[in-house]
Amino acid sequence: MSKNYPIEQIRRDFPILGREVNGKPLIYLDNGATTQKPRSVIDAISGYYSEINSNIHRGVHHLSQLATDAYEISRSRIRQFIGAAHDHEIIMTTGTTGGINLVAYSYGKEFVHPGDEILISEMEHHSNIVPWQLLCAERGANLKVIPMDERGVLDMEAYGRLLNEKTKLVALTYVSNSLGTINPVGEIITRAHAAGVPVLLDAAQAVHHIRMDVQTLDVDFLVFSGHKMYGPTGVGVLYGKEKWLNAMPPYQGGGDMIKQVTFEKTTFNELPFKFEAGTPNIEAGICLGEAINYIESIGLDAIAQYENDLLQYATGKLLEIDGLRIIGTAPEKSGVISFLLGEVHPYDVGVILDKLGVAVRTGHHCTQPVMDKFGIPGTVRASIAMYNTREDIDTLVAAVGRAGQMLQ
Amino acid sequence: MTINDIQDELITDFSFFEDWMSKYEYIIQLGKELPLIAEEYKTDQRLIKGCQSKVWLHADYRDGLIHFTADSDAIITKGLVSLMVKVLSGHTPAEIAGSDLYFIDQIGLKEHLSPTRANGLLSMVKQMKLYAIALINV
Repeated sequence: MSKNYPIEQIRRDFPILGREVNGKPLIYLDNGATTQKPRSVIDAISGYYSEINSNIHRGVHHLSQLATDAYEISRSRIRQFIGAAHDHEIIMTTGTTGGINLVAYSYGKEFVHPGDEILISEMEHHSNIVPWQLLCAERGANLKVIPMDERGVLDMEAYGRLLNEKTKLVALTYVSNSLGTINPVGEIITRAHAAGVPVLLDAAQAVHHIRMDVQTLDVDFLVFSGHKMYGPTGVGVLYGKEKWLNAMPPYQGGGDMIKQVTFEKTTFNELPFKFEAGTPNIEAGICLGEAINYIESIGLDAIAQYENDLLQYATGKLLEIDGLRIIGTAPEKSGVISFLLGEVHPYDVGVILDKLGVAVRTGHHCTQPVMDKFGIPGTVRASIAMYNTREDIDTLVAAVGRAGQMLQ
Repeated sequence: MTINDIQDELITDFSFFEDWMSKYEYIIQLGKELPLIAEEYKTDQRLIKGCQSKVWLHADYRDGLIHFTADSDAIITKGLVSLMVKVLSGHTPAEIAGSDLYFIDQIGLKEHLSPTRANGLLSMVKQMKLYAIALINV
């Protein structure tokens, strides 16, 4: 356990952790779905509307300038957090799904042709499967899938075989949302680049757990969501290398993304605005920067170490329960433990845990192919964040034990 | 007994449970005890897919009455399914189509019929009513 980790202070910073559910103190272990927000983010949302609400990138008036400055400072904070070279490589989106769809549309339109291939993996979230299926159907391209083994580890040999001159993009999750596997993204990117193929990483489950630097990784596109990293919903980030973003056509048309409009021809704005049509979710964009400030005030490396300890602790404790098996046993994992209790349906476990004040996710976690692979209807998933404690895990374990007594 | 008589009886039964534990233990028991549907009817055609759990529904129309049998892969859902079947099965299409299932709210299990639960239960109730409406219109 990390001795100097300020867990008590952190817990005080998240007001919702003090509430009760079904008459019991809330144990929130559904962080893979969304995280709770610290007071500083909540206050920043309210502060935005109380003090500087105004449309950005448009007005000459004072408030518009304040809002624009705050929005652009946030963009710069995000750039710094992931180690990007330029602010204009940070495209504000609606979330991870929004970012993937943008790349599927714009990159696909320019670079994907009939007979080409898009390479994804067997452990992708539906949001990193369906946009590529739509693109492939539209362009006459083919979707190829890197298989994984029974632990939830990618078959790197198969990856090597699947990469070929027809491959136009590798789109892969950094951390699996249903299994917790951390993929060897460095090696995957190196090998893709050796074959001349760019890589998109879905970092929705990684960016707040693992320190990353997009320039060191040399990743071409990286997408993530604000709400999974202690920030507001409705905002996310697409990082793209300048050379790709410049080569891609716009995604949506509208205000803010144009340079000049006539009925004959429109010229488009520069990066990042070319990909940011219309009024964005301004307060969420600003407050995502605030969420990053909060993460860095604790220190992402300290958080990562603390969470890793907690994950090990939870894994050990859960495995002490009779008949419990963990789905996803990769050696490198982050944030997530998926499990099943004997033959009990995960939905039943989830209902009883809820009654006991423990919030987990049950079901297929938007990864139906993963569940099909393991031949199961779904799992119970406990996912941790910086504010969870060993006591949370103990309560979870006791609740799962009780559910087992009732259901088996 | 009418549909409402059965609902009222269930409301009385459930009022004796002192806490959520005993209520859920009873539902789980219902789920465990009742072999609700013949295996040959557990086909994809009769499957109502929820996001979380699956429900199978089979309907027989005999002598002017609809008889339902149903099943689920999750035991709590199955217990709740058996309550629905108990209330709606063996009534005329008009009675079923016009029924108001107030008991589920009154026994404190409303959350299980929420569309966000996606356990297949809400879709099953809709399917039961649609079946009845289709027979009225014949």
